[in-house]
Amino acid sequence: MSAISLFFFRTKLWLKSPTPYLTLLGLTLLILLWWLTTEVWQLPRFEKLPGPVSVFKEWVSKDPSYGISIYMPEYYGHIWRSVLRVLQAFGLATVLGVTLGLFMGWNKIFKDYTFPVMEILRPIPMLAWVPLAILMWPEREMAIIYLTFLASFFATTLNTLLGVESIDESYFRAARCLGAKERHIFFRVVIPGAMPFIFTGLQISMGVAWFSLVAGEMLAGEYGLGYLIWNSFILVQYPVIVIAMVTLGVIGWASSAIIRFVGTLLMKWQTRESS
Amino acid sequence: MNEHHNPAGSGSKMQGGQMQISAISKYFGIGPLRKQIINDCTFTLESGKLTVLIGPSGCGKTTLINLLAGYETPDSGTITVDGSPIKGPGKDRLVVFQETALFPWMTTLQNVVYGPMVRGEKDKKELEDEAMHLLHKVGLAEFRDKYPLQLSGGMQRRCELVRALINRPKIMMMDEPFRGLDAMTRELMQEYYVRLFEENHLTNLFITSELEEAIFLADRLIILTNRPASARTVIEIDLPRPRDFKILVTKEYLHYKQNALEILHEEAMKAFSVGSGAAVADFLEAYSEVKAK
Repeated sequence: MSAISLFFFRTKLWLKSPTPYLTLLGLTLLILLWWLTTEVWQLPRFEKLPGPVSVFKEWVSKDPSYGISIYMPEYYGHIWRSVLRVLQAFGLATVLGVTLGLFMGWNKIFKDYTFPVMEILRPIPMLAWVPLAILMWPEREMAIIYLTFLASFFATTLNTLLGVESIDESYFRAARCLGAKERHIFFRVVIPGAMPFIFTGLQISMGVAWFSLVAGEMLAGEYGLGYLIWNSFILVQYPVIVIAMVTLGVIGWASSAIIRFVGTLLMKWQTRESS
Repeated sequence: MNEHHNPAGSGSKMQGGQMQISAISKYFGIGPLRKQIINDCTFTLESGKLTVLIGPSGCGKTTLINLLAGYETPDSGTITVDGSPIKGPGKDRLVVFQETALFPWMTTLQNVVYGPMVRGEKDKKELEDEAMHLLHKVGLAEFRDKYPLQLSGGMQRRCELVRALINRPKIMMMDEPFRGLDAMTRELMQEYYVRLFEENHLTNLFITSELEEAIFLADRLIILTNRPASARTVIEIDLPRPRDFKILVTKEYLHYKQNALEILHEEAMKAFSVGSGAAVADFLEAYSEVKAK
């Protein structure tokens, strides 16, 4: 069966199952509840919150009252700045974290040096780093990327290390027995063997990257979605807060989906039946 | 190995592969926890013969194979192959384990050629031809591009057999390789295995806790004592080759089985008196099969 017809077949099956309808129903219920509490019943403490109708109107307006909508280049400017920061921080964290994690798992002595340092630095909440980050880096931009990088880096390193340690001893035995040199073992056993854990780590890393980014931008940013949220709060432009929040949700979900997709492509060996 | 692909000078056909195990002992643990697993164990794997080791569950069979493979070193005694002592694991002695050790991230073919490839032997084309030839023999040719998780248990074992064979080891060691397969697959695997052995006549060591399998496969059957393990009895199994399952109903076969059962019974009882229920369960299962016949 060709890939395209298989795709259509799967989509058809999916549409026949209750899953898509339940998903839709769940989302509808959430928006309904939001609408009722804020715009219909106007419950105490809720009446100030922006309701779904006002948010949606603002979002698709060609002439938005607060300057942010899908027609305004500023909106995409903020998104772009945030995405760029996350990409830089996540990329750096992945390259350094995976390398460090692989070597820590591979070399016991190296691990003994580095692991305790990691374990003390790792639990420090990212927000606690904010003042030092601002002092450390000459520019705000660098400080924000640094903060975003930190949490990602620890998540990736730790998961890569666990990945190497999770590889069954029998694979090393088999490889050595068959005459593999250390370099073959590293590239053909350690790296592919740790891959499932690495990708779990990358998903977590992407999640915490967005988390840290928004916190960093709120405190030190001049652009970006986090900055937009905080600034709109100060300027009492409440619908914009929700627009930025939903945008973050969608982008965060999409970035995880991309990582999952790349992971499945790279690890076809994990699927039991082949298509 | 197979004549078709045996380049002159590799000399792997009828070639030594005699392994001598002399008075080896092995302990695990330290201080008051120190336990003897193997005690003064001596036997020979004769060149070109299929030797089966059988013993009660938990008697130290796997430790023994780890020693022979070179993953562990004995506390005393010597192990030699064709006169020279072994130094660590080597491609002259390959082990097929109880649990599959195929690399799950490589296809059947990639797994099979892994050994010669990392040692930089031959070119890719030549290797793949040889691998395909062997895979064909065990009925895996059309599964060359599947990953291990996409193969059945029996296929995985066959793939592993081929992965070992392509390295032309002097000695093949099988550590309960068919354990955990269903009865039908197991019989099929025994047939494949016996056919491969009868073709290549490599020195083979096969470890099992199933008596029927042991006698069906063996040229020589070594019965181990309960822990600490040592070789208790050697029975030369003089059944005709090539073998098939018809021999399981011959008088000679039943005679060997009866004989071996009596010795196993004694060892099982010893195990029972020191508290290993599993060994007795194994024995009783084997025993009930004999009575049923």
